Amino acid sequence: MNGEELTEQETALYDRQIRVWGVDAQRRLSKSHIFVSGLKGTAVEFCKNIVLAGVGSLTLNDDNPVTEEALAANFLIPFDENMGGGGSIAELCCDSLKDFNPMVHVSVEKGDLSSFDVDFFEKFDVVVISCCLLAAKKSVNEKCRKLSKRVAFYSVDCRYSCGEIFVDLHKYSYMKKKADETVECQLQYPSFEEAIAIPWRSLPKRVSKLYFAMRVVERFEEVERRKPGETSVDDLTNVLKLRNELCLAHSLNESQIPDSLLERLVVSPKEFPPVSAVLGGILGQEVIKAISGKGDPLKNFFFFDAVDGKGVIEDISTP
Amino acid sequence: MASGQESSAIKACNLTILCIYCKYSGAKVLMVGAGGIGCELLKTLALSGFQDIHIIDMDTIEVSNLNRQFLFRQSHVGQSKAKVARDAVLRFRPQISITPYHANVKDPDFNVDFFKQFNVILNGLDNLDARRHVNRLCLAAGVPLVESGTTGFLGQVTVHIKGQTECYECQPKPAPKTYPVCTITSTPSKFVHCIVWAKDLLFAKLFGDKNQDNDLNVRSNDTASSSSDHSEDVFERKKDEDIEQYGKRIFNHVFGHNIESALSNEETWKNRNKPRPIYVKDVFSDETFQQNGNVDKMAETDNNNNNLSNVSAMTYLGLKNPQEIWSLLESSRVFFAALKLFFSKRQKEVGNLSFDKDDHLAVEFVTAAANIRAASFGIPLHSLFEAKGIAGNIVHAVATTNAIIAGLIVIEAIKVLRNDANNCRMTYCLEHPARKMLLMPVEPFEPNKSCYVCSETPLLLEVNTQRAKLRDVVEKVVISKLGMNLPLITHGSSLLYEVGDDLDQDMVANYEANLEKVLSELPYAITGGTVITVEDLQQELVCNINIKHREEFDEEKEPDGMVLHGWTQQAPAAENKDTTAATNGGGATTSTTSKSAPNISEEDDDDLTILEAGIETISPSKKRKLSDLSNPEEKRAKKIPNDDIILMLDDDISKQ
Ligand SMILES: [Zn+2]
Repeated sequence: MNGEELTEQETALYDRQIRVWGVDAQRRLSKSHIFVSGLKGTAVEFCKNIVLAGVGSLTLNDDNPVTEEALAANFLIPFDENMGGGGSIAELCCDSLKDFNPMVHVSVEKGDLSSFDVDFFEKFDVVVISCCLLAAKKSVNEKCRKLSKRVAFYSVDCRYSCGEIFVDLHKYSYMKKKADETVECQLQYPSFEEAIAIPWRSLPKRVSKLYFAMRVVERFEEVERRKPGETSVDDLTNVLKLRNELCLAHSLNESQIPDSLLERLVVSPKEFPPVSAVLGGILGQEVIKAISGKGDPLKNFFFFDAVDGKGVIEDISTP
Repeated sequence: MASGQESSAIKACNLTILCIYCKYSGAKVLMVGAGGIGCELLKTLALSGFQDIHIIDMDTIEVSNLNRQFLFRQSHVGQSKAKVARDAVLRFRPQISITPYHANVKDPDFNVDFFKQFNVILNGLDNLDARRHVNRLCLAAGVPLVESGTTGFLGQVTVHIKGQTECYECQPKPAPKTYPVCTITSTPSKFVHCIVWAKDLLFAKLFGDKNQDNDLNVRSNDTASSSSDHSEDVFERKKDEDIEQYGKRIFNHVFGHNIESALSNEETWKNRNKPRPIYVKDVFSDETFQQNGNVDKMAETDNNNNNLSNVSAMTYLGLKNPQEIWSLLESSRVFFAALKLFFSKRQKEVGNLSFDKDDHLAVEFVTAAANIRAASFGIPLHSLFEAKGIAGNIVHAVATTNAIIAGLIVIEAIKVLRNDANNCRMTYCLEHPARKMLLMPVEPFEPNKSCYVCSETPLLLEVNTQRAKLRDVVEKVVISKLGMNLPLITHGSSLLYEVGDDLDQDMVANYEANLEKVLSELPYAITGGTVITVEDLQQELVCNINIKHREEFDEEKEPDGMVLHGWTQQAPAAENKDTTAATNGGGATTSTTSKSAPNISEEDDDDLTILEAGIETISPSKKRKLSDLSNPEEKRAKKIPNDDIILMLDDDISKQ
């Protein structure tokens, strides 16, 4: 949407970040188009970051009406006794985000995520989905991969005090300085479906326990036909039962997925705001890296647990 | 809150160390700083259920804040950060109480009693000075401190609890970079040296206080001329001298004459490239100089422009792109245009100006002058954008890192409030993963027993007691190194020096006189073996300093002419010699903007190369093996469960 050179206004506004990633990266950012579906606390954090960074456009998708809970977790929606006067979450977020940075084109796309076809995603450079069920995650990821142009796919989920980011950049090459020379690096990403199909036994020994725990809860939501994230501590017995079945099938010791960890994941449908801030920040950085071609992108899972404070990258792919 | 929800929440409490229904929501917290980290922090605190938040920030909002300080809008430019941040957060969380203070945290109102009312203090500051001040008040008030900093993609959060963990000043902090005077005045080898010269010497001399000390060569007869009438200050503008003539004279003096006289000292240039003197006639033909002169007229005609802060030499010269590198000719034109604009449009300020990175005309002038000097010394020229970063000590900042760090601050604050200090961690946000981690928690360290701030360890000052004045000790040690705000110096029971509003005039005069006295000639002489006590009543910090007399000091290595031992600041970035690093500490001869981030990462050759490449526009962090470091760090190393660790000391961490 801009010419070759940044305008004076852009240079003044983005001064501090241009000093970090350079003019070229800023130019690429301002031409990129981002799609985000599922606007709970973490996705909202991401939207804020990416709008401030100065992307070209951001398209929001979340038809849910504003509830008291949504209001409590979302700093983009001004407090309103009338719950936003009937507007959807996406519509209300859109108004605030536009205000953050008038240079970014923010809009709303109505409709159910699963109803969008392959062509729909071609308009974007980056697709981010949050709080959706396993089937939707797989299907959107596949649609992005079917396109001839590369559409970077990310999913982000926050389960109370823990979170997960998944990244699929398909085939990705970037320039990286090594010593004095610049070399081209190539990365090959598996799809979400491919990644989670890898037998647990064959994963490296010290893979984050959160990886397994997230798979158990995700599967639980699917078989129980829950809305994403709609679990409570009452579900724990059944979640533990499912954990045992999955561990048996994968020949994994049950102790790899501790009861206490699963309990923490299912105990509340809420996203713990500090964890959302961390996940939204990491995801923002990754998207900026992928668009600008600067820096090593994350491959392909990131986990954060507020209790131990670790933010860990895991490469879950067949070698 | 529904009761079902409550019961599951209480259950949750037993499971997790973090719970949003726990008593911490009744806590009273103080945030210091409403900038990049501050905006994110205030938002995350409010969302997390904090009900009573106080926030101090003396700054007002600027355009370059808007890309990351998301609570602010264009229409807020010029308003108090603390107040606007409060209003913005109350829009989505009107039920909570936020108390803003548009003030300096070093104001006496914010004393120990003020700090005592809070359960925890959260720092989102941008300078070492204020950080040290808050550290001392937290220690004095016995209130835990969560400290933070970011630069680019790097950041850290640390927790400081008196008696349990190290205080903010237990470990060395990288000093603001300083340069030997002669490097700046005679032998620059990097662009940053030219910037420091243009900003701290030339700009200060032309537009600042005429009476201040300045190392710029201002006499026209420094070489051989015997004629005494040439020894006047060339910077003195003669009566009725038109500004064009004056500018030419200054240009020829500083870029021509001074270089020429420096060249006469053969010894200096034995192992260095000789500089080239540049006179006005070398750059301009008469004709082109006349064209430049029109700037004046254009400036005159533009009387609608009442906003003096918008006066720009670039605009008048038709130079648009701040990323572009000007030629020597363009730099010279900007030099003359900026000089003229200062003397025609901003005449009233001349004599009182000090360099400010947000003063566009000042940045233009400094960029131009630095480039001309660089051309003279064969140093590559730089764009205004780059020069501004160096001159203004602009810290690199992105919104994402601030958001992450703010999240981590809240997590640590909650642990502190739940009396769960054992689970507190120092967390580093890395750009490249170390042991698979992008966010790396490390156990906090125990207090450093020889820390002069949180233990009562005496310091040792080596000084020439027959030459150094009390003023030197106050300025170079008490204020700049010990970071005291309102110092009081005693020798035995006698007061030598004191600062405060409530002193009577006789006392003030007495102290002023003492300042100018040599140590050994003070009413209560300070000589070798004397112990003086330095304290700051506001910070409730007392230090004893043992004095040791020493005759000689190395001008290059010990430019202060005195050496303080037992004080934990690390020597000014000695090994850090590459130019990009200088960008951060750059121009820091007058700067106090320096924060430290020891970032810990694995020692892995690949990792290191990437780290440097990935952040090429920010400081390649200094890398030192832990084994090379002094004892305190070695002690630190043992706690990290990996042998192959290096400690990254970043020169400068961000204006959040
Ligand atoms: Zn200490």
